Amino acid sequence: MTVLVFVETGAGGVTEVSREALTFARGTGAPVHAVLIGAQPDGVLAELGAYGAEEVHHVTGSAFDAYGGATWAAGLEAALVASGADTVTAAGTPRGMEVLAHLAARRDVAMAANVVSADGDIVTRQVVGGSVLEEMRLPQRPAVFTVAGHAVEAQPAAAPTTPAVTVLEPELPPQDLVARVVSTEPAGPDRSGALTSARVVVGAGRGAGGPNGFDGVVELTEVLGGALGVSRVVTSLGWRPHHEQVGQTGSRIAPEVYIPCGISGAIQHWAGCASSKTIVAINTDDEAPMVTKATYAVIGDMHEIVPAITAEVRRRRRQG
Amino acid sequence: VTNVLVCVKRVPDVGSAVTLTPDAQGVDARHVGFTTSAHEACAVELAVRIAADTGGTATVLTVGDGDAVEQLRTALGVGCTAATLVETDPAALGPVDVAREIAAVVRSHEGDGRGHDLVLLGNDAADSGDFQVGIRLAYLLERPVVNGVKTVSVEGGTVTAVGDGPDGVETFRVPLPAVVTVLEGGVEPRYPTITGRMKAKKTPIETREPAGAPAGPGRVRLTLPPAQPSTVEILGRGPEAAPAVVDLLESLGVTR
Repeated sequence: MTVLVFVETGAGGVTEVSREALTFARGTGAPVHAVLIGAQPDGVLAELGAYGAEEVHHVTGSAFDAYGGATWAAGLEAALVASGADTVTAAGTPRGMEVLAHLAARRDVAMAANVVSADGDIVTRQVVGGSVLEEMRLPQRPAVFTVAGHAVEAQPAAAPTTPAVTVLEPELPPQDLVARVVSTEPAGPDRSGALTSARVVVGAGRGAGGPNGFDGVVELTEVLGGALGVSRVVTSLGWRPHHEQVGQTGSRIAPEVYIPCGISGAIQHWAGCASSKTIVAINTDDEAPMVTKATYAVIGDMHEIVPAITAEVRRRRRQG
Repeated sequence: VTNVLVCVKRVPDVGSAVTLTPDAQGVDARHVGFTTSAHEACAVELAVRIAADTGGTATVLTVGDGDAVEQLRTALGVGCTAATLVETDPAALGPVDVAREIAAVVRSHEGDGRGHDLVLLGNDAADSGDFQVGIRLAYLLERPVVNGVKTVSVEGGTVTAVGDGPDGVETFRVPLPAVVTVLEGGVEPRYPTITGRMKAKKTPIETREPAGAPAGPGRVRLTLPPAQPSTVEILGRGPEAAPAVVDLLESLGVTR
């Protein structure tokens, strides 16, 4: 019994959601092995040790210079064979979903997406944007599933390990190298990256009233140094660009504070903002789901309340 | 000339509350209605554009019950020119089954001399959220697959697909035939015109039996997460509440 975790890393080391996946894997009680694919930042091994990985399979070689779903899955498959693991998991990110779906197709086994708990052969996972849970049988081996974001809190292991490292350099057949990234253009400041990493997000929905109804929320966003997020109806109506959308078909945010203004709180939107630590809803309807699910709320017209908040922040700053 | 197949799914149009069917196997959509799964309106738009740009065709496919013809007609109304329904109870199918049914249609159309060089799908279905049908389909058809992109174009037998990756905007180029899964946001889906709607009504729907017995979704049951009692604290009404909001923001350390 071994759980193999496909770990994603960035400039800051192991990503938060991959730490969550490692924590989830440890929770099964089985030994945890981690898989790293391609070049890695310094210090990753120590981090994986802190999260209790007993072995690390590092897949390298020129094939892994550029990302491809099939390419990465071939690397993960090599680690699967080397480890003899009977469970493979990853964070439920676009990459995690894609690589594990490839692996499941290659091994002809099922894959469960967005799992929140596992009990023997039964996993519980999020469906319908996280508003419904499905209990699903996953009897085949390897069991392949992704862990839903924030299903568990990332927790270092009680007893850190010094993982043994195996370097794998698999020979890949040409078909696994066809669909790879040919170029990456760094994201500009207007991309959704700013939204997913912001400490404060100000949201706006149908209550904005029209394409010209966003001046107030944009100003509050600037004053708080945050990011603007909007609901799907706003992007569908063409009031704001799609990269600002928070929701099931937009960005998933997890800020310290989310201030949704004039957003009713449909499932589509809640799927993207449920991980916010504190929600301060501003809405005319005190029975709107966004209000009843919020931590705090102000009842009234966003077009009156939002400028008043901006003015109050500025007033206090002037007073020092 | 690129002949595109675009796959869509009829899903419950859930708003802010979900009810389950008494057998706990599905979402009770009697009072909410149905729609096309979110990313697929953009996949349809891309299919229609690619067909127009290359002088090819855009065919829409769904695997579902007879009511799913509504979603096929929606796609026909915005420019798809042929439609296929694999008629079956969608709740009895898992992602492995859906991929196999789509593959069977692609092979059958190929045999009839109307093959699809490019298959477009949504990245994930709004209801079952399996995130894998397109990838499984690519393995069945032995084609390359690009996943989760926002724009797709075809030139000279090569597909260029562009999407957001962890480090920026990523470009993929793969040779046809290929499979691509699409995320919402790269293109604006067009609205149907009156003539488009008229054409859609008249277009015959190719209806097919499933190619095989389903393995099923592995579903034991659906449950609703326990309803959290509202613990909202109302800070006030109207702009007079602004000082209370700023007090709160200061206490949370986000006013800088």
